[in-house]
Amino acid sequence: MNKIILIIKREYLSRVKKKSFIIMTLLAPLLMAAMLIIPFWMMSKGDDTEKDIAVVEEGTSLFTGVIPDTKTMRFHYLEDASMEDLKTTFPDLGYYGVLYISPKQALVPGSVEFWCKQQPPLEVTMHISNALEKEIERLKLETYNISNLDEILASVETNIQIQTFKISGSGEVKKSNTGITMGIAYISGFLIYMFTFMFGAQVMRGVIEEKTSRIVEVIISSVKPFQLMLGKIVGIALVGLTQFVSWVVLTGVIVFIAQNIFLPDNMMEQIQSGQSIMSAVPAAAQASSPMPMNEAQRFIESIYSVEWGLIILTFIAYFMGGYLLYASLFAIVGSAVDNETDTQQFMLPITIPMILGLFVMLNAFQNPNSSIAFWFSLIPFTSPIVMMARIPFGVPVWELTTSLLLLVITFILTTWMAGKIYRTGILMYGKKVSYKELWKWLRYKN
Amino acid sequence: MDILKARNIVKQFSNHLALDKVSIHVPENTIYGLLGPNGAGKTTLLRIINQITAPDEGEIIFKNRKLKAEDVFDIGYLPEERGLYKKMTVGEQAMYLAQLKGMKRSEAVKKLRYWFEKFEIQPWWNKKVEELSKGMQQKLQFIVTILHEPSLLIFDEPFSGFDPINARILKQEIQDLKKKGATIIFSTHDMGSVEELCDHITLINRSRTLLEGPIDKVREEYRTNRFEVIFEGSPNLLDFTLSSQYKIIENIPVNGTQRLLIEIVDGISTNEIISSLLTKGKILSFNEKLPSMNDIFIQVVEEENKKTGRKSN
Repeated sequence: MNKIILIIKREYLSRVKKKSFIIMTLLAPLLMAAMLIIPFWMMSKGDDTEKDIAVVEEGTSLFTGVIPDTKTMRFHYLEDASMEDLKTTFPDLGYYGVLYISPKQALVPGSVEFWCKQQPPLEVTMHISNALEKEIERLKLETYNISNLDEILASVETNIQIQTFKISGSGEVKKSNTGITMGIAYISGFLIYMFTFMFGAQVMRGVIEEKTSRIVEVIISSVKPFQLMLGKIVGIALVGLTQFVSWVVLTGVIVFIAQNIFLPDNMMEQIQSGQSIMSAVPAAAQASSPMPMNEAQRFIESIYSVEWGLIILTFIAYFMGGYLLYASLFAIVGSAVDNETDTQQFMLPITIPMILGLFVMLNAFQNPNSSIAFWFSLIPFTSPIVMMARIPFGVPVWELTTSLLLLVITFILTTWMAGKIYRTGILMYGKKVSYKELWKWLRYKN
Repeated sequence: MDILKARNIVKQFSNHLALDKVSIHVPENTIYGLLGPNGAGKTTLLRIINQITAPDEGEIIFKNRKLKAEDVFDIGYLPEERGLYKKMTVGEQAMYLAQLKGMKRSEAVKKLRYWFEKFEIQPWWNKKVEELSKGMQQKLQFIVTILHEPSLLIFDEPFSGFDPINARILKQEIQDLKKKGATIIFSTHDMGSVEELCDHITLINRSRTLLEGPIDKVREEYRTNRFEVIFEGSPNLLDFTLSSQYKIIENIPVNGTQRLLIEIVDGISTNEIISSLLTKGKILSFNEKLPSMNDIFIQVVEEENKKTGRKSN
């Protein structure tokens, strides 16, 4: 036992001390946090350079004063200006761009053109087209001579945003967001795939390294081959866990800090108060919520509502299960070959179920309860990847436990098998090994 | 007393029999040579002694009881296929291997310091193994094999890949280990080192023991009645007068003397030869030429192969 701990320690430390590991561990959370933070920041901040925009109407002045100024856009309505001249001189006059509205036909402008030095952002063109559309609609309605038009318009204006709620068996209500849930499902499924492959392959490379450097026989004169294999597998599992946990913690810390720096305070307060109202009186309160939330706020709110604890826990469980299963298979491959180029022929049975799992996962995060997703989330070779894509949508407990139980039984079986093959394989040099040979090794006694 | 006994060891691999009822007896505090052509089963036997593989039949008795898992702490093994983790530093590596052999950290540090100084590799403690020359890696491997001071040391082809200087250091160390009370088993193709070091030998061929015993006895058993005579006088004279008593195998003139290799005819004693030689000239040296282990090896193995009707590999 003591010796296994020594082996685990060596396997763990020799990898954790590597520069590539440290860089990966620090860099990935920065990227992930950036992925989470930047969209909100952009939404809340936007482009804050001030733009003066000249508006030129040909012949009429129907739209004068129609487009409201915003924080970053100011509209100047020029009369008697020649469009032809402005086209070339507007930058010198200090304008960001020129909006040209050509003569109207039955209230609809023949064309609306925006002249600018660079591609104008969507924000600018959307703002202009919205304002113009509204004004034209208003003008058109006016021709019907309806009295109290403004009142009627105000009263019919509606804006629908669908909010989804998950209700669990116990009647607990959770606000959810399909987009976010899908995103998390996809990311965690893919992460499991990546982790299993990455760290499984490390086991294989470790075994090959010990074989090619010819140290393996020195080691197994002190420890049993099975102990060496197990120590390596567990050591590398701990490396994977270290990486995952530090990613989660670092991402959390970075997001927390970034939120306080980049996001306006009132937005955070709103989100938090929105949360508390939500949990108290789910549906009714929302309708009378004093301030309608904007996209960014709703987004952040749904991120808060995700069951991170459950997802992280199941991720660790499935990573361990899936990794242990595949790592033992990778160990078999490593023990059967002399160098990495010979691994090809044995990789197929490992990569096929993994890639199959990945494909089913791509379907499952859109249809988490389809029968294909159900079955593949029970089959041990694909369950880690597929189940992770289903968990954010909510999975019945019995499915989760059955799937985990099957996974545990299978990895015990593959580890036992790997131990038998590994023991013989690591002492074989310069021999082309076939599947038949592996089968023979499996049946050797002792 | 025998420190190690292997009794009727049988090991069958899928397509060949690696060991067929092999028995060896290794007396305590001796240097024991395990000889045999390639593929004879030497490495398999050594692996069985080290509990790397288990025999199909037979048993290993170590210090008068059956070999147990814990005995690895009392055995040091330098395999034929040996290496080190290339990316680890020399010090870490030595500490790791020492601790796997059950040594405590402090004890391992102390002993490593002694050996590193002795082999003059102290400055390399923090270097990566891949930066070491092959000779230095071999020194390091040797150190970690003997560091835990086991009572039985097993070296599989210890001299392969060693340059003559390192090989001499290694031989010296093996003899020192014996002086300190250890028992050493080593397998080799280098018959010179067998004659130089071994007290006992076993010759294995085609999975079976052909020869076992103290090296002197073995050599005597295979003595061929050959003598080396250094002699001042006319070789022609010798030829004519003494041909009934011996055959001259070789005659090399060296600085005015004759170095002769003679084979005495059965039934004639050495004294008779010497007295008749004395009348012909001046004897400078006369000694028995025992067969070299090399000769015995070739002779025994070839005889055996003829008997079984197969060619030597």
